Formats: sequence, C-alpha cells, structure tokens
Amino acid sequence: MSARDDILSRIRTALGDDRAPVPEIARDYRTTDDRPDAELLAVLTDRLEDYKATVVRCTPADVAATVAGALGAALGDHRPEDVVVAPGLPADWQPAGAVEDDGRPPVALADYAATVTGVAVAIAETGTLVLDGSPLSGRRALSLLPDCLVCVVEAAQVVGGVPEGLARLDRTAPLTMISGPSATSDIELSRVEGVHGPRTLVVVLVG
Amino acid sequence: MTAVFLGLPTAPRGVGHLRGDRSFPDAARDALRDGQLRANLGHATATIRGKRAAVVGEVPDWEQLRQAGRAIKAATMARLDEHLVALEERVTARGGTVHWARDANEANEIVTRLVQATGTDEVVKVKSMATQEIGLNEALEAAGIAAHETDLAELIVQLGDDKPSHILVPAIHKNRAEIREIFLRTMPGVDPGLTDEPRKLAMAARAHLRERFLRARVAISGANFAVAETGTLSVVESEGNGRMCLTLPQTLITVMGIEKLVPTWRDLEVFLQLLPRSSTGERMNPYTSLWTGVTPDDGPQEFHLVLVDNGRTAVLADEVGREALHCIRCSACLNVCPVYERAGGHAYGSVYPGPIGAVLSPQLTGVEDNASLPYASSLCGACYDACPVAIDIPSILVHLRAEHVEAQTRTTPEAAAFRALSAAMSNPRLWRLAQRAAGLGRFLARGKPTLPAALPPPASKWTRTRDLPAPPRETFTQAWAREHGS
Amino acid sequence: MKVALFATCLVDTMVPQVARATAVLLERLGHEVVVPPDQACCGQMHVNTGYRREAVPIVANHVRAFAGAEAIVAPSGSCVASIHHQQAAVARRAGEHALADEAAALAERTYELSQFLVDVLGVTDVGAYYPHRVTYHPTCHSLRLLRVGDRPLRLLRAVRGLDLVELPAADQCCGFGGTFAVKNAETSTAMLTDKMANVLSTHAEVCTAGDASCLMHIGGGLSRLRSGTRTVHLAEILASTEEAVSPHQSTQPAVSR
Repeated sequence: MSARDDILSRIRTALGDDRAPVPEIARDYRTTDDRPDAELLAVLTDRLEDYKATVVRCTPADVAATVAGALGAALGDHRPEDVVVAPGLPADWQPAGAVEDDGRPPVALADYAATVTGVAVAIAETGTLVLDGSPLSGRRALSLLPDCLVCVVEAAQVVGGVPEGLARLDRTAPLTMISGPSATSDIELSRVEGVHGPRTLVVVLVG
Repeated sequence: MTAVFLGLPTAPRGVGHLRGDRSFPDAARDALRDGQLRANLGHATATIRGKRAAVVGEVPDWEQLRQAGRAIKAATMARLDEHLVALEERVTARGGTVHWARDANEANEIVTRLVQATGTDEVVKVKSMATQEIGLNEALEAAGIAAHETDLAELIVQLGDDKPSHILVPAIHKNRAEIREIFLRTMPGVDPGLTDEPRKLAMAARAHLRERFLRARVAISGANFAVAETGTLSVVESEGNGRMCLTLPQTLITVMGIEKLVPTWRDLEVFLQLLPRSSTGERMNPYTSLWTGVTPDDGPQEFHLVLVDNGRTAVLADEVGREALHCIRCSACLNVCPVYERAGGHAYGSVYPGPIGAVLSPQLTGVEDNASLPYASSLCGACYDACPVAIDIPSILVHLRAEHVEAQTRTTPEAAAFRALSAAMSNPRLWRLAQRAAGLGRFLARGKPTLPAALPPPASKWTRTRDLPAPPRETFTQAWAREHGS
Repeated sequence: MKVALFATCLVDTMVPQVARATAVLLERLGHEVVVPPDQACCGQMHVNTGYRREAVPIVANHVRAFAGAEAIVAPSGSCVASIHHQQAAVARRAGEHALADEAAALAERTYELSQFLVDVLGVTDVGAYYPHRVTYHPTCHSLRLLRVGDRPLRLLRAVRGLDLVELPAADQCCGFGGTFAVKNAETSTAMLTDKMANVLSTHAEVCTAGDASCLMHIGGGLSRLRSGTRTVHLAEILASTEEAVSPHQSTQPAVSR
C-alpha cells in the first residue's frame, strides 16, 4: 500500500465506521463593519503607527508628490533610480526617475533602496496591507528586498476587519499580508522593528 | 476506542524529538535550580501575558471567534481524509507536488531526496515545528546537506548548539546578554563591539543571513494553515525570513502535519484573528504569506508539499485526546502555565513543551513513552482559558493519566493504595474506620499542631517543604452525629 | 431552606473546623443544616490521578449519601467543580448511565459556599465580624471551573472589622494540584514559594481561600517558614462574630491599626 493510501486508511480507521456528523460552525463573530470611512482610515492609521510605520495622508492629485516626499524623508539623499516601482503603479503616482520592475532576477531587487507599490486591500482593525502579486502590488520579492517600502492605499480599499479583507482577495494569488515593518519578538519577547524584511514602511493614504 | 486497540502506529523511536531521556520531575529539577533561567522565563512570559491580555481584551467577539475556531477544527478532524484529498488535488492542479509520509523517517527520506535532486548541499529554513519534530536537520546533515535556520530564535538555538524550549520563541530561555555572547562566539565577521541591545542583535542576524537568502536555491518551511478548498498554504511570521525563504529560492519544500488544514478559505478569517493575538500578542503579525501551488514568474517555480502522519492518526483515534490536534501552535498555553514558567521547556523533553506538549507528545509517541508528562500539571486550568481554539487541556491530561494507569500490567504501590482508598470511600463504615486510623496520625505530632517534617515517602515529598497539620481527635461528621444523636 | 452539608473528605478528616464553620454560618442565616452521615468523598483525587475506574464506586457512594437533598453545599471550589465536571463523565465512561444521570442531577443542586450565599440565598453581608488584615487567594478551580468571580471578595468586603488587602498575582496557582504536590514536589514548591512571597508582601495576618486543600498547601509552607501569617478558610471568617470568632482565634486584631 502506498503511504498515501495507508494514511488515508488510518484516518478512516481512527474515525470509525459510523462517523459523527460534522459540527455546525456558528459564524456569529463580526463579519461587517459599518463605521464611516473617516473612522476606518483613522483606525488604520493608528494601528500602522503603533507598528512604527509612517502614515501620510494626501488627496488623489498629490500622490506622486507625497510619495516623493516620503521617499526623501525615509532615504535622505538618494538617486531617483534607487527606487523601483510595481509595473502597474499608475503613472501619476510614480516618483520621477524611478525604475519599473521588469522581471529581472529577484535577487537583483536587493540593489534598490526603496520600492513603491499599490495594495489589493487594507484592513483597518489590524493595520494590515495585503499585496496580491498583481501589477499594482508587484511580485513578492519586490516588496521584500529593498529596505524601504512605500505602499499607496486608496480610501476605497480600506475595510474594517479581517473577514471583509479576505473576502475581497483573489484566493489563489500569491498573497502577502503586511502589518508594519519587519519585526521580531525573539529576544525576551520584546518587539524590535526591523529584521530581514523592509525596516521602513511608509503608507500613503489617499482620500 | 484507543489507538493501541486499533493498531494505529505512533511516532517511531530513534528519530525526531518527541521523547526526553529523563522524566519530567528529574529534568525539571535542573531548571528549578537555575536562577538565571527562571528569571529569563519569568520576565519573558510576564511580558507576553500582558501583551496578549491587552490585544485579546479589545476584541469584543473573542469568545465567538474562539468557539468558531474550535468548531472549524472539530469539523476538519471529522472529515480529515476528504479534506486531505481535496488539498492534494488543488495543490497538484496548481503545479505543486504532494508527498505523503507515514512517519518521521519517511518524511526525512522524501525531503532529503528532493533536496539532493536539485544538486545543492545547503538549504534555508523557515521555523517549523513539524521539521523539528521529525529531526529533519539531523537527517539532512547526515546526507551532507547543511540546513540554515533563519528565524532569529532558531538561529540562536542553532548557533548555541542548544535545544528549543518554546513553540514560538525557541530561545526564550536565553536573555539578551547570553544571546550577545553566542553571536560573538559563533558569527563569522560579527562586530566585536556588538552590544546586547535587542535591535543591534537583530541587525547582526540580518547581516549574517542576508547573503544566505540571496544565494539559496532550496527552502524548507512548515505551514500554519492549508486550505483544502483552494490548495492554499500559509506561513505566519514576523521577521521576513519566512518571506525570503518562500519567495527567493527556486524550490520550496513545505513539511506539514496532516492536521494543519482547514476546510475553506473563509475559515482563515477566524484563525488569522486568533493566532497573532494569542501568540505574539499583536493585532496582526508583520507578515503572512499565502500561496497556492506555483505562480509563474513570482516565487519558487518548484513546490513540494510533504504531508506527515507520525502518530497523528493514533491521536485522532482517541475521542478525548484528538482535540489536541486542534492546536494552532500559538503557545499561549505555555505563556500562562505556572509549571512551564518554573520548569522551562527543556524539562518536557519534546519539541512540544508546556501544557499542549504534555497532551500532544504522549499521544504522538504512545503514553508509555512520555508517561510523566500528563502529570506535569497542577490542573490549574489557565491553559484552557488562554487557548484560542478552546482545547480542554486539563481534561485531556486527566484522561491520559488514566490511560497510563490502565496500561499498567502490574499493580504499583500507588495503585494498591488508590484501590484501597476507593474501597473505603465507597463504603461508609469502612470510611469511618479509615478516618479513625488517619486520626491516629495525631500521635506522631506529640501534641504539636503539625506533624514532624521527617516522614517516610511519599509523605516526605510533602513535608520536605511544607508542614502537615496534625489530624484532629474527631472528624466533623463524627462530632455532628454525636451532637445530633444519630 | 434545608441544606445538606458536604464536608468533603479532606475537611472532615483534617480540618473539621471548616465544616463546623460552614454549618454555624448557614444556621445563623436561618437555614436548617443536615449532615448526611454516609458521605465520604467526591472522587476527584482518584479521577485526577488516573484512577477513574476506581472513582466510580466513590461517586456512587456520594450519590447515595446525598439522595433526596434539596440543596448541597460544600466549602470547596475544587470538590464542587469535580461534582459538576467529572462525576457524571466517569460514570458514563464506565457504562453506568443511570449513575451518571443521577450524578448530573445532583450536581445541579450542589453549590460552592460563596456561590450558594450570593446566588441562591442572595446575601453578601452575612453579619460576620473578623478584626484582621486578610488577603484572598482565588483557588484555580473556583476561579476557572466554577467561575465564582468576585463573590468571595464581595462577602469579605461586607465583613465588619476586616481589612482586605489585594493579593498580587492572585490568579496564579499555589502549586498544590492534588498529587501534583507530591509527584512534582520541586515544581510545586517553586510555585508555592512565589505564592508565599506574594502573600507575605501584603503583610496580611491571614490568607483565606475557598478551598481547604490549597490552604493546607499555602499554610503548610507559611508554617514551615514560621512566617506568622496563617491560613483560614473563607467559611471560618464568615462564621465569625463579635461573640464567637472561629476556633482558636482572637477577637482582637493581631496588628494594631
């Protein structure tokens, strides 16, 4: 018997011939959030700042300037071509002179100082941005290797809780949920920001 | 029905890390004498208890989420075979390859073969309980393959040639000064001026591992959840080492216990709320990666999923004990456990320490191979309260104690005593005689309010550190009957 | 109300004054107390040590002894928790379904003392007087299995003359745990050491709780240290009045305030 068949057969033995009915799952936890948008944006900002991320608000007309300003604040003096952006980032969000990710070997992305991407959805209550591998979010290595990550979030992308956030996603896409800069609690269970992932996270909140 | 009766194999001996070489009380003795260890554990667990309480307290529907988590896991176990087959089908359809391993040896062989097939002799690893359980690093090493742990705490353990002592923070028993010392001693090229500031230590680990991530061709991970409905795998982490491993190498091998799946995508909405708040005490952990098979031009182009039994089906056969398979490895039960806090993780002798380890390890190995673990609890119940999927750990501990007692073929002195006591306590006349006999113990006190400290065992186990009151001349029920003339 | 008192095996044999105090208190509140003479034990120690089969006849004796009782009160969170959570289960596992049903029905009428006073009788001021500085240790089983919550504290706050001081890390186990105290004596002692340090930090004269077993553990440690702080069961405090403070205790504060 193959290992597969053996394990499946063991499970059937363990569960017995007359199996208990599958228990009912009561989903009486919160699955919607009717707080007004302004409040959700305030919660998202609060949570992200709690994780030591930087949040800047702007109007739709000011995205590129705000992104450029955020990069300047995070990187100090830098060359425009030190910044790589997701291939689907709208032209009017892009900082001048930035390089578009063109599918070069992923490790080459480590040479850039910063990345700018959009997101698929943002979850206010947990301060979470979800990137889905689409042209707007970019591939996974893009938001990982450069040490500074700038994510542009539109107000309409912000939901209240985790259930609403997951419901909006493409389930089979390569998904990355990001809640603040990389961090560790491995030394005495005290949180320290900045390990292998980007040490700086800037969120540009539009609207 | 028990696994022994049904002939379901437990995890094999001689491989992996589920069995200690000493009983819990013996192993705990060392830890209890180590003041530094107790201080480190006390500090760390107190910190995390406070954080967890704060972030759990702000969720108004925590109890509903907890009950949903419990129900989802129970539903998963009730149809485990069907969900595994569905998972296999979806992963395969998305370009992954699924392997099945009956036990640790088979899992180690499969992974070793897969690594060898890529032609590399080193792999990067994401922290994974399953691979620790089966002793994968040792198996790879024996095959000439170097496995580099990349989680900070795992790195500390690996560099220090130590053993993990906690599910979430394997180096919880080390403080910052000890970690600094390990890094200075073992990290090539480390700044000799390294301080014990946690941020500086984290930066040293970043520098040490950066180049390894960029050159790695094969990564090995565990999985926090697998979704049967979609074939999606997930890893929940903080540092970004997981993302490095899951994203950069050409080949990804994920080793997962067969119980770590959930039936539907929607179920993740429950666990992604329960897990981070229970484990690191955060509203959400910094990074959660979810992937389904292979995605062209994004991440590993070769994906293998190894499904491991290693005693899990034996656990599943126990109607009381199977609830231990619901565990999502958050470690909240360790952090609230007064026994874990004093004895530390090494005393449990298994990669699964603490209350959940005390119910999981003996079931995976068969209770006789870890017979002291079910007794390593005062049954205070703090673990059950903290468990995000409401595993009734105290009840399982008590159940396993009975399994151990009932597995004895010879009558132990303890069993003889408990049987005699049972006979007395179920017969009022005998009971009054027994009480009168106990009352004679007062003569040992020679008129003092307490008995002498020097009593024969097992009473000496008590009287070494606590006084025992002298029994009274008359029991309450005797006195009452005398006064009320019955 | 006619109340059947379950003394519990430990209290009956080792600290009868606790059962006496419970009876005195209930009678003072105007209730008739009966003490079924055939009572012995709830079976908890057997179940928790792994002798669940041997616990079944003990459960049967308990059910026989208290058959017909209207309300049963015990001065123990732990024994009442066992009656609620274990008795029917071990009987059912042994195939004794009739016994299991009877045990379950009896459990519904069985109360821990503070629950009985507050929930059933609806009193928090039991008219007690106890002029001592007291700290309260919530025992694990009363806290987590019975969820007695702040009932004991409400009762203690209403006691005249009593100076209640908060116990740091109160919800931490004292390390008793039945046979755990013997099988894992060193770990148990480490837990006890921390519990005693917290008790002593309050400078209380008396540490109280709703379980004689945990008090025997804490008190045994405090006595060994010759600390001067005693353990007194909640029932003894609530039974005390100006006229009759529970056995062997002064009506005068030990520490002047």
